[in-house]
Amino acid sequence: MSSVRVLVGTRKGAFVLESDATRSGWDVRGPHFGGWEIYHVAGSPADPDRLYAAQSTGWFGQIIQRSDDGGKTWEPVGNEFAYATDAGSHKWYDGTPHPWEFARVWHLEPSPTDPDTVYAGVEDAALFRSLDGGHVWEEFPGLRTHESGSGWQPGAGGLCLHSIVLHPTDPERMLVAISAAGVFRTDDAGKTWQPSNRGLRSEGLPDEDAEVGHCVHRIAMHPARPNVLFMQKHWDVMRSDNGGEAWQEISGNLPSDFGFPVAIHAHEPDTVYVVPIKSDSEHYPPDGRLRVYRSRTGGNEWEPLTRGLPQKDCYVNVLRDAMAVDSVDPCGVYFGTTGGQVYASTDSGDSWTTIVRDLPAVLSVEVQTLS
Amino acid sequence: MIRVVLPYHLRTLAGVDGEVVLDVEGGVTQRAVIDALEARYPTLRGTIRDHATHQRRPFLRFHACEQDLSHESPDAPLPDEVAAGKEPFQVVGAIAGG
Repeated sequence: MSSVRVLVGTRKGAFVLESDATRSGWDVRGPHFGGWEIYHVAGSPADPDRLYAAQSTGWFGQIIQRSDDGGKTWEPVGNEFAYATDAGSHKWYDGTPHPWEFARVWHLEPSPTDPDTVYAGVEDAALFRSLDGGHVWEEFPGLRTHESGSGWQPGAGGLCLHSIVLHPTDPERMLVAISAAGVFRTDDAGKTWQPSNRGLRSEGLPDEDAEVGHCVHRIAMHPARPNVLFMQKHWDVMRSDNGGEAWQEISGNLPSDFGFPVAIHAHEPDTVYVVPIKSDSEHYPPDGRLRVYRSRTGGNEWEPLTRGLPQKDCYVNVLRDAMAVDSVDPCGVYFGTTGGQVYASTDSGDSWTTIVRDLPAVLSVEVQTLS
Repeated sequence: MIRVVLPYHLRTLAGVDGEVVLDVEGGVTQRAVIDALEARYPTLRGTIRDHATHQRRPFLRFHACEQDLSHESPDAPLPDEVAAGKEPFQVVGAIAGG
């Protein structure tokens, strides 16, 4: 009998939710690190009891917390994220040069094979890695010093590296996404990086299909099919069938193709989930109706999933790291809102229940399926 | 003996209640006090001042003896009352958020 653990990062602490495989009753523990912003909590696939949490505030900066017992106890580990080189400056919102400054960790991506290896995507955009369980962090400078780096500009949330996609079998390959620079890919374990944005079009750019400058919100990959990638961009839902070399739009019949998260069904690599948001100026669902949209055809044809979700007067947002799936059969789908609810579906999205409500605004949701 | 008062979140992070009491070698300055504090509680490294530059984090202030010492040199002597343990050196989180 398996069980499920949901890791929730919020504006005011972290919460750990656990249920057996029926996913019908949830034990809620927390808040851990009360009062701190928890941008992300992630578990190691190689050791599910090893968790990492990115804890920060504007007052006291960045802390990385580590648990070795599934979130019951935590210890602070290393919090020094020193850029490896002086790369000069990137662009500020007004187009003037701005020096690189570390602000916070947005996303933690544990290695699929080694519990002590974990990647961190940070603001100002850079990729770091720890090989010793989070004590020491080293940057991959080839990304930030890419020839386009001096032209990168922040999105509204900052110049953040928020998505890290590790190839499931080839440790030399990974993709990252930066708002608002776009996708970058390495085939040599992070030494060198290439923009991977062909096919993206962004109306806010002087050159709509520029090589860099796109506000990518989230990338998802199914481990059984690593060459197929799904992307929620600032506007547009996109798909790549060649590991990110080129992208095509699959927004199809979505009511809005603006949004933040994108997730893939654990057992059906062509079943994809997004949460349409009305616009970049109005960060809430169209018509006040919270609807997850599911495509079972790898995009273009989308169906609204509404059963159990509020269908009137709902004006929450779902942020980029706040949707995840379990690997129970049938697949569970989970997402958290800026209104503090975490919704779960135990039937691949057909119906939803609130598994916890009235938390602080949810920043991230991750799910572990435990054996 | 130097007394240090930390804000709530740093007390929680360091796992302490109330004031922290430190022995400081040599002259009692902001730098010497924070060096001693970080040596005793390594989890506080980076939370009061930058790891590399040792610049005070912008939303924190240093108070003692009813004075704001935030913009004093980190190597300036702290007031005698602090050096004598009669008054605490206070690390204060800026009040913000409405």
